[in-house]
Amino acid sequence: MIGLKVTDLSFHYPDRTQALNGINFQIEPGERVGLLGPNGAGKTTLLLHLNGLLRAAEGTIQVGDLTLSDEVLSEVRRMVGFVFQDPDDQLFMATVAEDVAFGPANFGFGQAEVDRRVESALAAVGESDLAPRAPHHLSGGERRKVAIATVLSTDSALLVLDEPTSNLDPAGRRELVNLLASLPATLLVVSHDLPFVLELCPRSLIIDQGRIVADGETRQLMLDRELLAKHRLELPYGFDPANIADR
Amino acid sequence: MSGSHAHALHYHGHSPVHHLPAEIKLVGLLVFVLSVVSTRPTAIWAFSGYALILMIALGLSEVPARFFITRMAIDLPFVLFALLIPFVGVEPKIAIGPFAISEPGLLSAWNILVKATLGAGASVMLAATTEVPDLLRGLQRLKVPVVLVAIASFMIRYLDVVAGEFRRTRVAMAARGHNPRTVFDAKPLAVAGGALFIRSYERGERVHQAMLARGYDGTWPSSGNERIAAKTWIVGLTPALFAVIVAIAARLL
Repeated sequence: MIGLKVTDLSFHYPDRTQALNGINFQIEPGERVGLLGPNGAGKTTLLLHLNGLLRAAEGTIQVGDLTLSDEVLSEVRRMVGFVFQDPDDQLFMATVAEDVAFGPANFGFGQAEVDRRVESALAAVGESDLAPRAPHHLSGGERRKVAIATVLSTDSALLVLDEPTSNLDPAGRRELVNLLASLPATLLVVSHDLPFVLELCPRSLIIDQGRIVADGETRQLMLDRELLAKHRLELPYGFDPANIADR
Repeated sequence: MSGSHAHALHYHGHSPVHHLPAEIKLVGLLVFVLSVVSTRPTAIWAFSGYALILMIALGLSEVPARFFITRMAIDLPFVLFALLIPFVGVEPKIAIGPFAISEPGLLSAWNILVKATLGAGASVMLAATTEVPDLLRGLQRLKVPVVLVAIASFMIRYLDVVAGEFRRTRVAMAARGHNPRTVFDAKPLAVAGGALFIRSYERGERVHQAMLARGYDGTWPSSGNERIAAKTWIVGLTPALFAVIVAIAARLL
């Protein structure tokens, strides 16, 4: 497992919109961290930096003991597994097996090793039977799990997930929590689903207007109604973090 | 590839034709169609030969005749076009009842009808016995440029997604009272089509990001290259070989 260190990260889009404004935080190996914030706060923009899909004007990103740069881009992309918000964007091959094989094949593994990785990644998400199926014929929950398998197959040690519970039914959401909690990986999870983050991530960051405005124990952050309200975060009706037992 | 949801053109089965590697069927289809189109239309017996080859292959594939015939509907536009030609063709004409039928027109009609039908029949056979992913892998093993295979694969992958989006847009329009009757009501549809184009374009960019995130560097990873035994090639291409024999015989006789 590897850690992540982001130092003084700033980024603006070509239209001069300042999306990130001096971001600093550190994640220890094996930690599970939630990233919360209102729409447009810069959550997805931050995630896209972590494996170099967007390149910051200022600041550094350290993944494990590598500092992100052109020379180590491929290596960093192998270590950071990115699970996109819409599985239809992530699953683009004709069959599930080919999709899970896409990463390992790109990173230059031989056919036998690729096959082995596909098998073990699908087994890890409990969906070995889906291998020959076409991604567009799967249910939402199955798609999400296969999307996670596509990054597990490259041995990603840091998983970055963008809104993993969107469009999942409650049972699918439950299975996802169990799956993610069982993975031997460092997790950074963007979500509007606060109970999900509370259950999965002992620690959370709150980002608003391109800045980290809070960093602490998830439960403590969620008990601070004033802080939540200030950053347009809301707990579901009747949900009280004080009454929820630790996982 | 059992267990996968198939395309509407596919008939799930375990016949020898189903199990034949896709690249052999692709080559066989190409050779068969080339033999058919290179045959002069007056060699009527040759076309009976081709039809016989197709029917034997259909029997071996265990695809029900009913399934095959309904999928042959794709041939209908050609049939209608062919039926029109004798009425608009050039002299000499022969009188059949009240109609003046063009003789060369009749021959071209037969030519189009029989060749299109045999070609469509062979293509329907290929589609009925081969899963789409296998077809794509077959094309790749036949050394079709990987970029072309990738484009075909993306098209198949996202056709359902894009069609689904358009369907939802249509439903949303109907829900707000849009009920197109004349061509003048088509504007909202065109606008929706444009919006769909932009959305698809943006999706393309997101898919590209997802590919980059998993190490895509501009070269497509090649799939495994299992060797196919020479015997399988020979057995698999037997129908195509018979078609070539018929074509040569039709030329010589």
